Amino acid sequence: MEEVTAATQRKMIHSLFLINCSGDIFLEKHWKSVVSQSVCDYFFEAQEKAADVENVPPVISTPHHYLISIYRDKLFFVSVIQTEVPPLFVIEFLHRVADTFQDYFGECSEAAIKDNVVIVYELLEEMLDNGFPLATESNILKELIKPPTILRSVVNSITGSSNVGDTLPTGQLSNIPWRRAGVKYTNNEAYFDVVEEIDAIIDKSGSTVFAEIQGVIDACIKLSGMPDLSLSFMNPRLLDDVSFHPCIRFKRWESERVLSFIPPDGNFRLISYRVSSQNLVAIPVYVKHSISFKENSSCGRFDITIGPKQNMGKTIEGITVTVHMPKVVLNMNLTPTQGSYTFDPVTKVLTWDVGKITPQKLPSLKGLVNLQSGAPKPEENPSLNIQFKIQQLAISGLKVNRLDMYGEKYKPFKGVKYVTKAGKFQDNQYQLGS
Amino acid sequence: MSAAPAYNEDKGGSAGPGEPEYGHDPASGGIFSSDYKRHDDLKAMLDTNKDSLKLEAMKRIVAMIARGKNASDLFPAVVKNVACKNIEVKKLVYVYLVRYAEEQQDLALLSISTFQRGLKDPNQLIRASALRVLSSIRVPIIVPIMMLAIKEAASDMSPYVRKTAAHAIPKLYSLDSDQKDQLIEVIEKLLADKTTLVAGSVVMAFEEVCPERIDLIHKNYRKLCNLLIDVEEWGQVVIISMLTRYARTQFLSPTQNESLLEENSEKAFYGSEEDEAKGPGSEEAASTALPARKPYVMDPDHRLLLRNTKPLLQSRSAAVVMAVAQLYFHLAPKAEVGVIAKALVRLLRSHSEVQYVVLQNVATMSIKRRGMFEPYLKSFYIRSTDPTQIKILKLEVLTNLANETNIPTVLREFQTYIRSMDKDFVAATIQAIGRCATNIGRVRDTCLNGLVQLLSNRDELVVAESVVVIKKLLQMQPAQHGEIIKHLAKLTDNIQVPMARASILWLIGEYCEHVPRIAPDVLRKMAKSFTAEEDIVKLQVINLAAKLYLTNSKQTKLLTQYVLSLAKYDQNYDIRDRARFTRQLIVPSEQGGALSRHAKKLFLAPKPAPVLESSFKDRDHFQLGSLSHLLNAKATGYQELPDWPEEAPDPSVRNVEVPEWTKCSNREKRKEKEKPFYSDSEGESGPTESADSDPESESESESKSSSESGSGESSSESDNEDQEEDEEKGRTSESEQSEEEGKKKKMKKRKKVPEGQEGGLSSDEGSDSSSSSSESEMTSETEEEQVEPASWRKKTPPSSKSAPAAKEVSLLDLEDFTPASVQPVSPPTVMSTSLAADLEGLTLTDSPLVPSLLSPVSGAGRQELLHRVAGEGLAVDYTFSRQPFSGDPHMVSVHIHFSNSSDTPIKALHLGTPKLPPGISIQEFPEIESLAPGESATVVMGINFCDSTQAANFQLCTQTRQFYVSIQPPVGELMAPVFLSENEFKKEQAKLTGMNEITEKLTLPDTCRSDHVVVQKVTATANLGRVPCGTSDEYRFAGRTLTSGSLVLLTLDARPTGAAQLTVNSEKMVIGTMLVKDVVQALTQ
Repeated sequence: MEEVTAATQRKMIHSLFLINCSGDIFLEKHWKSVVSQSVCDYFFEAQEKAADVENVPPVISTPHHYLISIYRDKLFFVSVIQTEVPPLFVIEFLHRVADTFQDYFGECSEAAIKDNVVIVYELLEEMLDNGFPLATESNILKELIKPPTILRSVVNSITGSSNVGDTLPTGQLSNIPWRRAGVKYTNNEAYFDVVEEIDAIIDKSGSTVFAEIQGVIDACIKLSGMPDLSLSFMNPRLLDDVSFHPCIRFKRWESERVLSFIPPDGNFRLISYRVSSQNLVAIPVYVKHSISFKENSSCGRFDITIGPKQNMGKTIEGITVTVHMPKVVLNMNLTPTQGSYTFDPVTKVLTWDVGKITPQKLPSLKGLVNLQSGAPKPEENPSLNIQFKIQQLAISGLKVNRLDMYGEKYKPFKGVKYVTKAGKFQDNQYQLGS
Repeated sequence: MSAAPAYNEDKGGSAGPGEPEYGHDPASGGIFSSDYKRHDDLKAMLDTNKDSLKLEAMKRIVAMIARGKNASDLFPAVVKNVACKNIEVKKLVYVYLVRYAEEQQDLALLSISTFQRGLKDPNQLIRASALRVLSSIRVPIIVPIMMLAIKEAASDMSPYVRKTAAHAIPKLYSLDSDQKDQLIEVIEKLLADKTTLVAGSVVMAFEEVCPERIDLIHKNYRKLCNLLIDVEEWGQVVIISMLTRYARTQFLSPTQNESLLEENSEKAFYGSEEDEAKGPGSEEAASTALPARKPYVMDPDHRLLLRNTKPLLQSRSAAVVMAVAQLYFHLAPKAEVGVIAKALVRLLRSHSEVQYVVLQNVATMSIKRRGMFEPYLKSFYIRSTDPTQIKILKLEVLTNLANETNIPTVLREFQTYIRSMDKDFVAATIQAIGRCATNIGRVRDTCLNGLVQLLSNRDELVVAESVVVIKKLLQMQPAQHGEIIKHLAKLTDNIQVPMARASILWLIGEYCEHVPRIAPDVLRKMAKSFTAEEDIVKLQVINLAAKLYLTNSKQTKLLTQYVLSLAKYDQNYDIRDRARFTRQLIVPSEQGGALSRHAKKLFLAPKPAPVLESSFKDRDHFQLGSLSHLLNAKATGYQELPDWPEEAPDPSVRNVEVPEWTKCSNREKRKEKEKPFYSDSEGESGPTESADSDPESESESESKSSSESGSGESSSESDNEDQEEDEEKGRTSESEQSEEEGKKKKMKKRKKVPEGQEGGLSSDEGSDSSSSSSESEMTSETEEEQVEPASWRKKTPPSSKSAPAAKEVSLLDLEDFTPASVQPVSPPTVMSTSLAADLEGLTLTDSPLVPSLLSPVSGAGRQELLHRVAGEGLAVDYTFSRQPFSGDPHMVSVHIHFSNSSDTPIKALHLGTPKLPPGISIQEFPEIESLAPGESATVVMGINFCDSTQAANFQLCTQTRQFYVSIQPPVGELMAPVFLSENEFKKEQAKLTGMNEITEKLTLPDTCRSDHVVVQKVTATANLGRVPCGTSDEYRFAGRTLTSGSLVLLTLDARPTGAAQLTVNSEKMVIGTMLVKDVVQALTQ
């Protein structure tokens, strides 16, 4: 094993730069010596090469540093690394930073960060010590640094008091680092949202190439004291692959399939799961579509119809269809029977906001496609992406059985909400030609 | 940056002087915003006595720092405020100090005393933050102060401060590496820390300061493994990656005799299914069939690591999942690596950056272990919305996963991809098709045809890419594809992409004998356009010319000379060079060069077909999940994953010393202990070898085999751990035969022991229980550490079967000494390496809920709590006695029957600290001091199940081991009979209607129509009392639940025809429902 010399400063994250879409570095934070902003030039270079923001490689190697970046909410979080470190460690941390901003300011945008730059700086200071994560749990951070509220900022400016907590967050010392102590509510409530997303690829014949249900249970827990909750399901065997919030007792799940946990205070994601692939996935909508181009003409016909299918008697709402049209498409003249559509001639994206499906009259969108004159008729197949939402339904059939609370005397108000959404729902169209 | 002049506000261009600072407070802003530039206002504000002004000033300064502006000239003004009372001002001053102290070292020293004071503060927050800032100030002169502070903080009461100390270690190390030795001492001390808070940070410090000091880990290894699940996520990643390296240096490769092992485990697996039937005969056959090679036995510590990291695959953190995945990939036996696939596939739903990294790793893994990801093939299908870089990685994985069976599906997917609008992706898809075609011979023609069709694609890039791939494919079987080559030749007129043109020319040249008429014509055309071609094409034109000259010089001699002359004057020297070289070679000169005679051989030598390989091949020499792996280049500070050692280092270094007093208390008992030392793994497999140097026990254990006594003195540590290991070995070598015998014995004993009595041991237990329980409490911490290793030890794969000879010797010895004990014959193949079987043994929720109906008096018959094999000879059963529990009326009284089928006494049987679901409580039974071999004992314990059928999980502890067991009550045991009159019954029943009434129709079988049978069956299922009833066809029973005392009323209305209706009335609806189910089951069976 080679001796590590003092020259190698082994540390995880050296510096962080926040860069907006137009390439301005609007915030920098260094956890050790200062790294010049010029290091970001390598990043800009890669960004230029990638053309598309999504294609900027998350890891860039430069002569003296490595840059690991994430793209979130139109911002780049670029971290500077000097030595070997698991890339996912850094990526995970950067996302955690973005999540924290989201949590604190309601949004993770350049404006929000600039408005709260001092809080941002304090957060970054607490989250990372010498490049190694220190306190990343939202409950602890909120005890150290109070999130801004309008009221508090007014009060603070008058009294000169601060956002900073002056006692050690108790969580750091207990066995439950994710929950702050001394939580008090007059109304004790626990809400769970079971949100399921269908990921599917459907081929031209309407048969499912791939379908899978991914779900999450998001919790909003406002309970006083130290409640110990256990949440059980009617059909826990449905859950095939589950990832847990650290608060969940793994052993209980293994032996009894019960989620037993002392929850963090506030909003958090309790579990995310995948429904076992053996179960056939019910596809709630179908789409019929055709696009055809006349030979030797700069015109084509375009036609989509949407209908419900296996919707379990619930209304499908919030339907949006997005089509990336071929580059040669100049414009589209369409008539929807329902909803409204837009076509962006720059990005060539057709968006049709359908709304609800009423089975009596199926929504459709028909019309003409104008091509660049003289251009050959496109060969690529536009694929459709569909978004929709079904309230009050978890498509997998997952049902929460009961929620029990131990450790506290009061009776909490409990609620469960189910929503099914389209995740990555894609309908491939192959058929082309006149 | 640091050398920049003080007032360079405008640095960065975008921030004009008039632009207001964004950090300022809207309420008080504006006043200073116009002239802050000179910083005088800020200085003035910092000098005031008002905290609010100071805070305002500091906020603006921090905002400047955040923007990368220089605020260093404010240093003197800021540093004065380090002692400010206002905690937020203070905090911001710290931020400032850490940023600028290095530049202004002299002034920074002014602040040191404040921090030194802070280090002594009673508030742990202040102590920690003082240390944090002090250690972040990179001023060499304070190194001694920092060292002192770190040392002190490392023994602070507060784990939070100790964590900060761990964080400070690498900071000091990077400031002054001469402190290494002292820092290692601190690390060593902190490594011994038992709190999860510290564990992650100190391992991080270890990795940064002294990753080579692997010896520091030995003593903490098991603790780290056991703490792991409770450490915060970041710490988990660091610890897992450190332990991966550690394991590579300390354990043997689990794959070294994979084939042997696989064979074994298979046999073992079947053995376990039908162990009774097969018996020892097959066992011997299995062991003799094996070659006398040194077998691989996984070190229990190695197993511990694998077992304890596995649950973390379900972490929400992608980094943790990846860390575990790489650990399994690098450390686990082949058969077990598969578990990581599912978790990795799950990460594909995460952010695109995470996908990017995970896919890179999956690509590498899928080359080595294709089978692992095959079931998840569809999860790698590409969506049009994926970013190109993700698409290309998925394509890579799909290609790696393609095999004979799934290739049709994969190709159909690829077909879709080719029509994508993303041209880079289409090109990559064509490459992927080419790779599939080379790897899977069956589809080569299909692929080739498909690619040829693509040649008429309108997009030139697609065509070009296809040509390149076709060229590679044709090289594999050129003879059959003259047509394709002709087709390609025609394309030279249209295709402009240089690579494609070059490829076509090469193909024509190489296979000119297949296209004798076209080739010269192509050369003619190319000669015409030679000067306009790209270099790469020119080279191939020369190549083509040379080849044609050699095969068909009549037609092409002049053309060749023309081309060569053109090339001679080309701008590019490579081309000039090539032309000269070619001319000398092919054109016979006057000297009659020897080379030109062999020119044909040189140019037209058969060339090996190219191998289309994944770019991820061989990337696995980098540790997966690392930055180096991702970049496919060694990153600074990357540590090679060491190779497995040939011989395992001494495993006893990981044994942890048990506090002295425990030893003393155990000594007495130990003396009597006869230990089975006939383990066959002894002496040949280092990892499980252990030594016991306790002189007393040594003298007692003469029954040890000779091999054991040889290793007796090597270790100075004598503790429980050793005993466990020894016992473990005893257990592992237990035989099928012994199991059968054991069962018979147990059966006999059960008859002897009257139920409901505590055997003959109760008097002793009473006196002992208090001391033992206190002992268990005090040792709980050490036990925690030891239990785990102990409990998985039983999962060690069937230790060597290859040394039957040695074993038999030891057997004989043993028989001589312990005639009473069961005969150890050979290691039980029951203990398969199969993980599933292992886990079953571990969780032990294997008490089935099927109530046996043999003894209605005591409710459900005996249930197994701990199987003899899992319990290493200790078999435990339980029955629900249905007697009121004396201590607490709410408790269900459970009789626990222990029997010892091993050949050593089992000592100090007691209950470990139970981890119970809320509401459930357990009344422990008095400790059983010792259970001699072959003996059994019965004790009573009480469990308050809180009217639920949740299992009560607890630990059964012996002196050396802990077993995790659980009792799940049938619902019928949660109640006690009450005696009601018919009227009372009806009255109560009338109150419990609606939701509280559950009715079920059933048909009674013929065998179950007599009064007697019905009553017996019902009372066997549920602990209810019969209520007198007027009508003959109706049966009524009543009871109360134990905890809440809610009434449970059961009515069975049985018609003579067999049709019957069962009604249960109870407030406890869940209990009612379950009861109905159980009773119906009992009656209809």
